[in-house]
Amino acid sequence: MILSVNGLAFDYPSRSVLQNISFSICKGNFLAVLGVNGAGKSTLLKCINGVLKPCAGTVLIQNDEATQLTRREIAKRIGYVPQRHEHFSTTVFDAVLLGRKPYIQWEASRNDLEIAQKALNMLELEEYSLRYLNELSGGEQQKVIIARALAQEPDLLLLDEPTSSLDLKNQLEVIRVIKRIIQTGHIGAVVSMHDLNLAIRFADKFILLSNGEIFAAGGLEVMTPENIQRVYSTPVKITEVEGIPVVVPV
Amino acid sequence: MVVPGIDNYQKYTGRKRLVLVLLAILILISSAVALNAGSMDLNLKQVIQAIMGQGSNVSDMVIWRIRLPRILAAIIAGAGLSVAGCVMQNNLRNPLASPSTLGISNAAAFGANLAIIVFGAGTIQSTSTDAVTINNPYLVTLFAFACSILATVVILILAGIRNFSPEAMVLSGVALSSLFSAGTILIQYFAQDFQIAAVVFWTFGDLGRTAWPEVTILAIIIALSFIYFMFRRWDYNALDSGEETAKSLGVNVERLRQGGMLVSCLIAAVAVSFLGIIGFIGLVGPQIMRRIIGGDHRYLIPASALMGSLLLLVSDTLARTMVAPVVLPVGAITSFFGAPLFLYLLIRGYQKK
Repeated sequence: MILSVNGLAFDYPSRSVLQNISFSICKGNFLAVLGVNGAGKSTLLKCINGVLKPCAGTVLIQNDEATQLTRREIAKRIGYVPQRHEHFSTTVFDAVLLGRKPYIQWEASRNDLEIAQKALNMLELEEYSLRYLNELSGGEQQKVIIARALAQEPDLLLLDEPTSSLDLKNQLEVIRVIKRIIQTGHIGAVVSMHDLNLAIRFADKFILLSNGEIFAAGGLEVMTPENIQRVYSTPVKITEVEGIPVVVPV
Repeated sequence: MVVPGIDNYQKYTGRKRLVLVLLAILILISSAVALNAGSMDLNLKQVIQAIMGQGSNVSDMVIWRIRLPRILAAIIAGAGLSVAGCVMQNNLRNPLASPSTLGISNAAAFGANLAIIVFGAGTIQSTSTDAVTINNPYLVTLFAFACSILATVVILILAGIRNFSPEAMVLSGVALSSLFSAGTILIQYFAQDFQIAAVVFWTFGDLGRTAWPEVTILAIIIALSFIYFMFRRWDYNALDSGEETAKSLGVNVERLRQGGMLVSCLIAAVAVSFLGIIGFIGLVGPQIMRRIIGGDHRYLIPASALMGSLLLLVSDTLARTMVAPVVLPVGAITSFFGAPLFLYLLIRGYQKK
């Protein structure tokens, strides 16, 4: 078990965002967190890695309670790709090397450089290594941020809408990379998503969030037209095109 | 094992190190020029003899008592102000931040006003060299320092209530600045002409106020601050890519800001209390280097320090020599030459090296 969340809740002073969230994932799991805007998807991810402090419930990371771990220790176990990232003037290699931050005491070692390079290779970013981040396209930037999260050598990846600002080709490319990393790296991933087609095609576990609560959770069997309709207030049909499941609003 | 990607990256960081070395060489050359410049004509041989302690009494005195402390003060204070600006720009996520952003300079000026006008530490003298003297410089320094530390503490408390958000810090700085300015105006309104002259004279930054004790204090505080900043350089890099990213990389963002602000304000407080207000170095030093070597704080922090030293040293040498024997206020010179240089870099855009 990589991650186990029990009875998690989060409130902003004026309103409650998450209530009674419980789930767990193992190595190799690709968990898609689904729900309408404002359902609490991003908040859930931030509560898992401690960027936000949950007001109730427990988060167990590899059977260690998150509140007992320092931020640095959490950063060695969980890589996080936020929804928005700021493009400052740094090279791609420097941006990825920053993923070694939790391990670096005084200066990046040869080993740190090699791990950063490996993460770059894994996302096929070698040729951009010394280009500036703000010169790259949105898809390339997203891959750089994923490479940074990989350089943390995490056991769990949290990705907040990793494909939402990408074109069709890049969406597929990025999600395939994520899928491959999960399978070959033996890590787990919690991915908040808007695109139901990508989710249903690539993820193997699902959480449907509705008003800050889990409406349904489980494997592919929870992705029924009825559940989706209830969560998104839109009638849908699920069909198959060349063996690929497709969600169509009707 | 040679990995081409890593190899290229190391060449790239090597170029940044080269920039640091070049800056250090420029500072050495400027120091040599500054040692030779001044109202008393000394040739190179006399200067070298004096440094080795084998010169005449007069040249020993000029070099050891006047020129050397002044040059060191320029190098140390320039480095301190610039490196404080670098960290503030990062911590507050604001390219306009500098040691004066948080109201430290205004607070120090208020303290100096208080000392000179209310406690009578300033007077006027009708000698030909200096029309105005401050007859109790220690009192002025002490008051300036106390007020700037007070401002620092107030900002840290106010920002602490709002969890050290950059907006809260900048806004409390702006509020405190105007509060202290208002205090200064009120004090000056009831002051005599000669007291105002003394205060205005104090406000112009001047490196000639430093002797060895001041230089030593500056050196210790700024060296310790520099080491502290260097220990935090990876955290600053992480913060540059966003607060949430920094947190997810294990950085305690609130504590990082708290520490960064405290140390930067301390540098600003010490520098302004000893030297008066020297503007622009803290803003422009790090900005110039950001454009030349990029935003990586592993290199940006030392490079900002070196650029600050160079800017202040060159400005001070110009201030001493341009219309000698009159010594112009160095604070004006830094802006006078720093601003066009900065504008030029701004127009030319980022250099991608």
